[in-house]
Amino acid sequence: MTTVAQVSPAKDTRARLPIAELRWSTVLAPLVVGVLAIAAWEWLVDSLEIEPFVLPAPSAIWDQITLNFDSIVKGATVTGRNALIGTLAGAVIGVAGAMLAGTFRFLDQMAAPVVAALAVIPIVALAPVLYSMYGAAVDTGRIIVAGLSVSIPVYLNTLRGLRQVKAVHRDLMTAYAAGPLQVIRSVTLPTATPYVFTGLRVASSLAVIAALIAEYFGGPIGGLGKSITSSAASSNYPLAWAYVSGAIVLGLLFYVVTLLVELWFSRHHRPTAG
Amino acid sequence: MNHLGTDPAIEARGVHRIFGKGRKQVDALTDVDLTVADGEFVSLIGPSGCGKSTLLRLVADLDAATSGTITVFGKTARQARLDQEYGIAFQQSGLLPWRTVAGNVELPLKLHGVPAEVRRQRVAELLELIGLTDFAKSHPDQLSGGMQQRVAIARALAESPRLLLMDEPFGALDEITRERMQNELVRICAETGAAVLFVTHSIPEAVFLSDRVVVMSPRPGRITGVVDVRADGMVPAHDRSAGARDEEGFFRAVGEVRALLHGTPEQAVAARGVDTR
Repeated sequence: MTTVAQVSPAKDTRARLPIAELRWSTVLAPLVVGVLAIAAWEWLVDSLEIEPFVLPAPSAIWDQITLNFDSIVKGATVTGRNALIGTLAGAVIGVAGAMLAGTFRFLDQMAAPVVAALAVIPIVALAPVLYSMYGAAVDTGRIIVAGLSVSIPVYLNTLRGLRQVKAVHRDLMTAYAAGPLQVIRSVTLPTATPYVFTGLRVASSLAVIAALIAEYFGGPIGGLGKSITSSAASSNYPLAWAYVSGAIVLGLLFYVVTLLVELWFSRHHRPTAG
Repeated sequence: MNHLGTDPAIEARGVHRIFGKGRKQVDALTDVDLTVADGEFVSLIGPSGCGKSTLLRLVADLDAATSGTITVFGKTARQARLDQEYGIAFQQSGLLPWRTVAGNVELPLKLHGVPAEVRRQRVAELLELIGLTDFAKSHPDQLSGGMQQRVAIARALAESPRLLLMDEPFGALDEITRERMQNELVRICAETGAAVLFVTHSIPEAVFLSDRVVVMSPRPGRITGVVDVRADGMVPAHDRSAGARDEEGFFRAVGEVRALLHGTPEQAVAARGVDTR
């Protein structure tokens, strides 16, 4: 009797996120550092009797977080909504712009100085100007600021992605006598997709920052930024820090979600022999 | 399958390809004449820079000759490309990483508007041919280099072309995988009856696969000789088995190609079946 070894094909070929081998040490090490840092902070504030307006103790901040939890969540919702709308609008503008600039070289050349200018100025500095245009009471100005902050990194990354098409893929499309639209749909856009989401991940944190800082410039809003400034103004420093913690969580949330989306879309783009 | 037309698969006459201008001018190809008959397997071999890939790209109409004419089945190279007269495979498999194996194989069919049901059937046939039926839903990054190259060959065969252009398709594979792929290519060519223009660096590969081996040399890129492997006592390329590598004719042909490559024409001319120019 002969036994033939069966070469089993990859049974489950569903894509997985390429977070390889999540080991205990990679989770535990940062946690230990975090706990130690907070403990040291608490001990320092306690033993040196640091005033709360200089640096409140972590326990005091935690008390404020638990006391004002609803208010923090509400603030995060307001700021998060602005950041989210800004992110989506900015992403659409960035991708559309990059597709145009990638297709028509003169548009790219025309846009380059404007993009460079927008990339170096802190866009949130436009907030007061936008408030005088749209009024500080409505969210329009804050959404525009967030959207502009997002559109630039997304535009730049997408444009780079559109230029990553491999020579062998280009040759294949020529060999198939594929039309320009077919080339864009079958090769150019899929090649650029991971780059779009890399841009989006970088930009998502910017959107939160922009939406948050824009609130510093005034307006009767219930956002986190406004809450931070007003608690600090009324000398309630632990509360200000509690709102800052909310802002950190909000920023992380945006980052992690866009990171997961990016990993999903680039799951097959690992370098291969081909 | 094999429509025996009167036109040869490839006919190149007085082809020159010059890159650059002035002092930076490079003569990639000089006065190349080459005919590949319908159903014939012809290899181009030579050191880097001898223009073998350039010649293949000219036939594929991925590049244009500076002067001279190239016809494919009696049509201009451009018309042949537009009519999809050839299938092509490169050293890099060039699979689209975001498409499944089946999605990659069906790509040319999809681009040319073949209906879904026909596509599905053809893809199943091709995957059967290359022995990767079980991997239809895998993505390229889940395959080995040899498997990826097989998929690329299946894709090149998708539209049953009568001419296959292959630019060092096994160049990046290890020797063991390489020989297995060569055996498979012989089988596939026998089944499809297609003519093949095959670019390679490897002398045994060229001799084992080909009816004729065209030897080229660089600066300027030109054809220095043609070894007819069949004249050395080998059966036609389509009828060979793995054992052909142990035949006397195989070694004789390898010796002739090597002599031509290393530029000792006296010896080569003496050998039977060689015509130097």
